[in-house]
Amino acid sequence: MVKDQDYLKKTASFCIDLAKKLGATNSSVTVMHSISETVNFRNKKLDESDRSDSLGLSLTTYVGKKKSNISSSNLSEGNIKTLIQRCIDTTKITPEDEFNSLPDKDLLATEIKDLNLYDDDHISNDEKIEYLKEVEESAFEKKEIINTETSFSEIKSNFILGNSDGFLNGYKSSSFSASCVAVAKTNGNMERDYEFTSKCHLHDMARPNQVGSIAAKKTIKKLGPKKIESKKINIIFDRRISKGILSTLASAISASSIARGTSFLKDKINEEIFSSSINIYDKPNIIKGLGSRYFDSEGVKTKELKLVDQGILKHYLVDTYNGKKLELKSNGRCGGASNLFFEKGSISYKDLLKLNTKSLYITETIGHGSNLVTGDYSVGANGFMIENGVFKYPVSEITIAGNFKDIFKNITLADDLEFKYATNAPTILIEGMIVAGK
Amino acid sequence: MNNFFDKSDLSRKDAENIVSDTLNNCDDGELYLENSKSESILLDDNKIKSSNYSSDLGYGLRAITGEVVAYSHSNEISKNSLKQSADNLQSTLKSKKGTYNHSISKTNEKFYSDTNPIEEKSLNSKLEILKEVNSYVRSKGSIVQQVTASFAGEHKDIEIIRSGGEVLTDARPLIRFNVSVMLEKNGKKETGVYGVGGRQPYDEYLKNDNWKKICDEAFRIASVNLDSKPAPAGEMKVVLGPGWPAILIHEAIGHGLEGDFNRKKTSAFHDLMGQRIASEGVTIVDDGTIHNRRGSLTIDDEGTPTEKTILIENGILKNFMQDRLNARLMNTRSTGSGRRENYRHVVLPRMRNTMMLNGKYSQDEMIKSVEKGIFAVSFGGGQVDITSGKFVFNCTEAYEIINGKIGSPIKGATLIGDGPSILKEVSLVGNNMMLDPGIGTCGKSGQGVPVGVAQPSILIDKMTVGGTQL
Repeated sequence: MVKDQDYLKKTASFCIDLAKKLGATNSSVTVMHSISETVNFRNKKLDESDRSDSLGLSLTTYVGKKKSNISSSNLSEGNIKTLIQRCIDTTKITPEDEFNSLPDKDLLATEIKDLNLYDDDHISNDEKIEYLKEVEESAFEKKEIINTETSFSEIKSNFILGNSDGFLNGYKSSSFSASCVAVAKTNGNMERDYEFTSKCHLHDMARPNQVGSIAAKKTIKKLGPKKIESKKINIIFDRRISKGILSTLASAISASSIARGTSFLKDKINEEIFSSSINIYDKPNIIKGLGSRYFDSEGVKTKELKLVDQGILKHYLVDTYNGKKLELKSNGRCGGASNLFFEKGSISYKDLLKLNTKSLYITETIGHGSNLVTGDYSVGANGFMIENGVFKYPVSEITIAGNFKDIFKNITLADDLEFKYATNAPTILIEGMIVAGK
Repeated sequence: MNNFFDKSDLSRKDAENIVSDTLNNCDDGELYLENSKSESILLDDNKIKSSNYSSDLGYGLRAITGEVVAYSHSNEISKNSLKQSADNLQSTLKSKKGTYNHSISKTNEKFYSDTNPIEEKSLNSKLEILKEVNSYVRSKGSIVQQVTASFAGEHKDIEIIRSGGEVLTDARPLIRFNVSVMLEKNGKKETGVYGVGGRQPYDEYLKNDNWKKICDEAFRIASVNLDSKPAPAGEMKVVLGPGWPAILIHEAIGHGLEGDFNRKKTSAFHDLMGQRIASEGVTIVDDGTIHNRRGSLTIDDEGTPTEKTILIENGILKNFMQDRLNARLMNTRSTGSGRRENYRHVVLPRMRNTMMLNGKYSQDEMIKSVEKGIFAVSFGGGQVDITSGKFVFNCTEAYEIINGKIGSPIKGATLIGDGPSILKEVSLVGNNMMLDPGIGTCGKSGQGVPVGVAQPSILIDKMTVGGTQL
């Protein structure tokens, strides 16, 4: 069983009190516990079972405007005492930083509306195995599939965040997820693809046969890829990839990138960075949302933000420290965005495919080719050639490149938004990117 | 030696008994105990942004029978907790029966000393160096917009208790020092990053103002990029510089030669043992035994002494990298490549220091032979799809080559290639092998472990460069 709030609160209060006694003028602490159980299956046989029991704390002490941090997984009273003493000793010799402080008291979360982020259901390893068997059987119905690896994870977590201004709150959350990776082979060419489902609640998970058959279908579709000529072409990002545009946006508008001056979106607030049809929301209070939270990692209340309104950048993602630097109030985004998504577009998926006589549909990118300072983008990719709305043949060993400043202004959104991840985007058409191939 | 049982109701004898009872009917497994201390200090934006100290303690109990691995870990070293883990393992493996393999080789050799880098240098002197780094880099001119510098140090004690009471231990220091510089000129911003590290105290890397060289290098890379023009797009010849660019080998070849992917037949190399997979003259080893290197280990995380494993000899595939599980299932021996990020993770076969050995050509000869292509000197990260063999990596410093001469610097571009065929495209191997500066971390299945790479300059006849200029 995951440890209850009382235990975590007791530990957190112990730390706060002790830090004060040892000379901290302020402090904040997070105590967390999680238990996860994972079963891995491979080619219809049990491969691995893994049980993880993790307890930990992270404590920040302030002495005036000086600050330092410790973390530990050893929560014995003796060890905590030693570490807090060490933390305060370190704090005292760390140089002052005028922006160091706890969040403003009036911004701290007070009301907690239940978002249904915890499901007490437990699924035994034997039941997980039954689920995975069904996943693999569905995948193996296709004869091209030669290998499958499937996994089922159940995670239960609880945490308490406390600070010396009297904030002491936390909540339980749960996660159930299953995935299937399939390998298909023809004529010496092997390809791999996957499908997964991840939910807060056990009974919201996708059916196992769905996970298996989608993984198989996606893998087989990739067999026999061609490399194409280098050219400028319109590109369509599958929903797996299109959400990456939002992740890049979130990093580029984090108050820390802006304050440091290392973002290509610095000074772009209230400017048009997307075309005028684009609206982007960050909504922390979605019921059962994978990115939902009651308050941010400093305890600051979170509310819905329309980050981009008709193409215009309206907010940065602001935490206390960088907010003070930028003379902005925290908007409860310490730790980043919550449920971040594009408002869906007006054109159907099918029509989006038909918008151009030829386009390249990208299902996977590899590499870390996003430069947040310049906005330059260059990654390895594979996907499919589309002609007149029809998938023609798989494409691999190519790269796609451009700059986010241009990409943002040249996107068209389909209307097929779904909430499968914490960050979600519909299928997206991007005009005029450069493909390097043969 | 660390005493993991000092402040616990669990005695060493109890632990040994639980381990033996649990593993008696299994093929393999162990109790892995770990106590690590780590620190990180970050200077950014003219200020000490954070100073963090962390202590982590825990165990992982593993039982293996046949192909099935059962694992349970916790950070509570107690009788109750270990018994619960043992029960958990037994319930997974209830219907299986194995024969415990007691044999494990031993070593007296050590490839680094037991020093705790965190305590060997006072916090004050580390803060002082960071401040000096900041003013030194900023004194290079007003184009310097941002300086970030950091220390990261770690000391990790591990103990492995096998069935029958056999105990193996190791104490591992690890440090890294990093400098990142952002420059701005005429509205154009570029960054340069450089760092050093390994399994020695900080001062081995920073003494005699050595830290200035690291700052200079980060500044130089950023300056080069300020003058860069857009990169070309398409297939062309590529000359890779010596040292760190060997992450190409790590991505393109290394991962595909790890035992697990080959046992599961998901690697593009699984049926190529003994065959030619590289041009003649290409020899690649994975070496855990180089003193004080980032990827070196005295023993791996299963207790097996590490070694220098020949992967490719003169173009022929000779060995995969193995942990005990995959070695047993493939009827071979462990190469001491069983590694885990920490006690929270299962062991996987991993790389240590992956190196392409010297050939006979000079870098100048390579460049002269290229009519149109690029010269890639440094890279950011890379990634590979094991199954299709496709890999990428991102240039952080590169130049065009025109008519045998190095031309203008080009913007960061991704290079993409095909693992199984890329080494056949290596037409010249240089005579200037260099080790990387000690900064690599390799990710696999969510686990990061420190690794090293090395290579001489090489000429690749055909690779796709992912620029924007057609």
